[in-house]
Amino acid sequence: MILDRPRAAPAARSSAVSDLSRRRFLQAGAAAGGGLMLSMSLPLATRETQAADGFAPNAFIRVEADGQIVLTMPYVEMGQGTYTSIPMLIAEELDVDLNQVRLEHAPPNEKLYGNPLLGGIQATGNSNAVRAAWQPLRQAGATARAMLVAAAAARWNVDPAACRTQGGEVHHPPSGRRIKYGELAADAARMPVPANVALKRPQDFRLIGTAAKRLDTPAKVNGTAVYGIDVRPPGVKIATLAQSPSFGGRVKSVDDTAAKAVKGVRQIVRLDDAVAVVADHMGAAKKGLAALVIEWDDGPHAKLDTDAIAAELEQATLGAGAVAENIGDVERAMAGAVTKVEATYQVPFLAHATMEPMNCTVHVRRDGCEIWVGSQAVARVHAAAAKTAGLPLDKVVVHNHLIGGGFGRRLEADGVIRAVQIAQHVDGPVKVVWTREEDIQHDMYRPYWFDRLSAGLDAKGMPVAWNNRFAGSSVLARWAPPTFNNGLDPDTTEGAIDLVYALPNMHVEYVRVEPPGIPTAFWRSVGPSHNVFVTESFMDELAAAAKQDPVAYRLALLDKTPRAKAVLALAAEKAGWGQPLPPRVGRGVSLQFVFATYMAHVAEVEVSKDGAVKVRRVVCALDCGTVVNPDTVQAQVQSAVIFGITAALHGEITLKNGRVEQANFDTYQMLRMNEAPAVEVHVIQNSEPPGGMGEAGTSAIVPAVTNAIFAATGKRLRRLPVDPKALRQPA
Amino acid sequence: MAFSIKVNGRTHGVDVDGDTPLLWVLRDVLGMTGTKFGCGMALCGACTVHVDGVATRSCVTPVDSIGNSEITTIEAVGATAAGARIQKAWLDREVVQCGYCQSGQIMSAAALLASNARPTDADIDDAMSGNICRCGTYSRIRDAIKQAAQST
Repeated sequence: MILDRPRAAPAARSSAVSDLSRRRFLQAGAAAGGGLMLSMSLPLATRETQAADGFAPNAFIRVEADGQIVLTMPYVEMGQGTYTSIPMLIAEELDVDLNQVRLEHAPPNEKLYGNPLLGGIQATGNSNAVRAAWQPLRQAGATARAMLVAAAAARWNVDPAACRTQGGEVHHPPSGRRIKYGELAADAARMPVPANVALKRPQDFRLIGTAAKRLDTPAKVNGTAVYGIDVRPPGVKIATLAQSPSFGGRVKSVDDTAAKAVKGVRQIVRLDDAVAVVADHMGAAKKGLAALVIEWDDGPHAKLDTDAIAAELEQATLGAGAVAENIGDVERAMAGAVTKVEATYQVPFLAHATMEPMNCTVHVRRDGCEIWVGSQAVARVHAAAAKTAGLPLDKVVVHNHLIGGGFGRRLEADGVIRAVQIAQHVDGPVKVVWTREEDIQHDMYRPYWFDRLSAGLDAKGMPVAWNNRFAGSSVLARWAPPTFNNGLDPDTTEGAIDLVYALPNMHVEYVRVEPPGIPTAFWRSVGPSHNVFVTESFMDELAAAAKQDPVAYRLALLDKTPRAKAVLALAAEKAGWGQPLPPRVGRGVSLQFVFATYMAHVAEVEVSKDGAVKVRRVVCALDCGTVVNPDTVQAQVQSAVIFGITAALHGEITLKNGRVEQANFDTYQMLRMNEAPAVEVHVIQNSEPPGGMGEAGTSAIVPAVTNAIFAATGKRLRRLPVDPKALRQPA
Repeated sequence: MAFSIKVNGRTHGVDVDGDTPLLWVLRDVLGMTGTKFGCGMALCGACTVHVDGVATRSCVTPVDSIGNSEITTIEAVGATAAGARIQKAWLDREVVQCGYCQSGQIMSAAALLASNARPTDADIDDAMSGNICRCGTYSRIRDAIKQAAQST
């Protein structure tokens, strides 16, 4: 999903990144403390048509007098390695060591820190931090370096071109003089900002492309890392809560007599649709919560169940939708096809189940409000808290923290709003911690989607017509309404359109259907989490209908997308595609271009006689353009693959009588060590602009697994999660 | 009721109900937040500590069941031989992503290594499958345990 991306052929899509460099301005000024501060102005991508009016800077580098480089970090660390890869960009151009860069969380300020690839919203998501930062942060580093060099050259009265930089110092080799950046900071701040500074050539990279050690790891292995849930402002109380078990329900009555008698319980807070127990510690809060007798008015969605939602979506795919892509003349091509293939697919609601349960600490005072939280969207949280508290923005302070798993969940402000509502009734700071059951039953869910596809094949079995109409929720329409236009948004359709394959006649429609009552949200790999499963499964069906090998069939459609062809060929080769396997073991393949990264997977699965699926091996080949931190690329694919297999094999949120049926890790299961396959990652190196890496593996692995199940058993799975009952070996 | 518990070599008095899980005594009463809350039902392992050296889910361990046992948490496991080797291997292998589950992973792995100097893959599966990692760092955890075992 690139919100402002122009509709273009896939090969041209990465141009959106390089365009940014032409619209970049840098300003310098004396920072507090006498250092050099560079503020980088990047007009928001969505304002492309406006004149260059006022430069709202969106990132800051500070060179302090002691030589410390401070990066005010607009992106938040949630495991994806951004606290290392983004500083690498600056350190590369500044010629400092990575350990000379210190990070500060950016405060909520969309004018300064809005994400240019998310329509200017200050958020970390959609696998785009490196993509968004690639040009502007290197430019900021290079400009700072040039000004430091200019300051040194002026001081020494030498030619700047004769100066070199290394390790945070300027050198003048002819005279042997050297000076530290810190000593130059005050002078450099008075230097004019150079208009054009050349960036390093890829062959001169010293950090980019090397496996840098993550900067956030040491504190995470000894218990000192502070996540939102770990904050302890003086006097803080701990609260936990019960929210209406049916969406849209209300509290009818509360008997809190027994709860108040629990040792350590201080207060019961009753809201319209939730009850919270405030206590000295979470043990007492949970015990108090269990002792509450709450009667609920289940409200308008008391009878809601998943089957009814699926039926409504299925019905919707029989009507017309908004046209997301139209190539050629599908109707005519279909009429002339030799073979016709039809299928419907559906994917379930999914919870995020971040390991750190939802939590937020709030101190509401008469004249202000202080918030401690781990958020992927800190400005959104800031605004939501201010609105809920009835305070102006400048009276609300948000402290952002490390995130114990985001996956899209922490792009939402609901947990902060809830905590502020509770804190308004509490004298002093209160940390609201959701139980795991609340976390799963009051998530905002990856939408349920239903897809109806048909294709026509020619006499050789190749696709001449491709039709896809799907129905489900648009998360973006709620989260960023201006991005939803003419019935479409760029996330919901990513992976369903702009396919890598040469399909001469193609028609894709989307029907927006919002499920009643159930909040939907972004979930790791977002739109592609659904679309790639569907398109890559269906492509496999076409290969089967044509009685062709799934890899060879795809390769024949990739002459116009050589980078896609290369990753597919490499994955197949490394996986030993075509080599014999035992009975009920199969290989499956998938190919995608999403998040500006080409990726192919081969999964090898074993299906037991009782239908249990074990993923034995995963081979991934990818081309993400320039690799910033190769170890992070490996780690993110390994991570995303486990996340995807978890969903494919176990992931399903269902509703009955308006209530989510899953509650904890016994009923909403995660892949565990004994089920986790080895994941091999092969990277095709080149100097194209970097693509996203945090999510791509999740969408890519799911169809590879189900296609492998087809190869192992002959059973085509068109609905997730995998149902072992359907895979039992007939006696 | 007041209890006296020994954590990382120090004795603390705490005044809570006897059925209060150790997890909340550590985190909310004693302020030792390295031990994490994940599920409250011993399903995910994020809250793992050592009780007399044995990996124990603190979220279901009532404080009145501890008696004179010695509790070790992530804050002090580095002072044990196995814990130090595990932490080093975690850094060398760059295991961590979001990191939230890793306190529990490290406590489970350190207990495994302390009791089994050369764990097999099956031993690792047995000892570690109770610890969920949502970031999916399992293969690096496996490699790191093997490295730590080889470093003796």
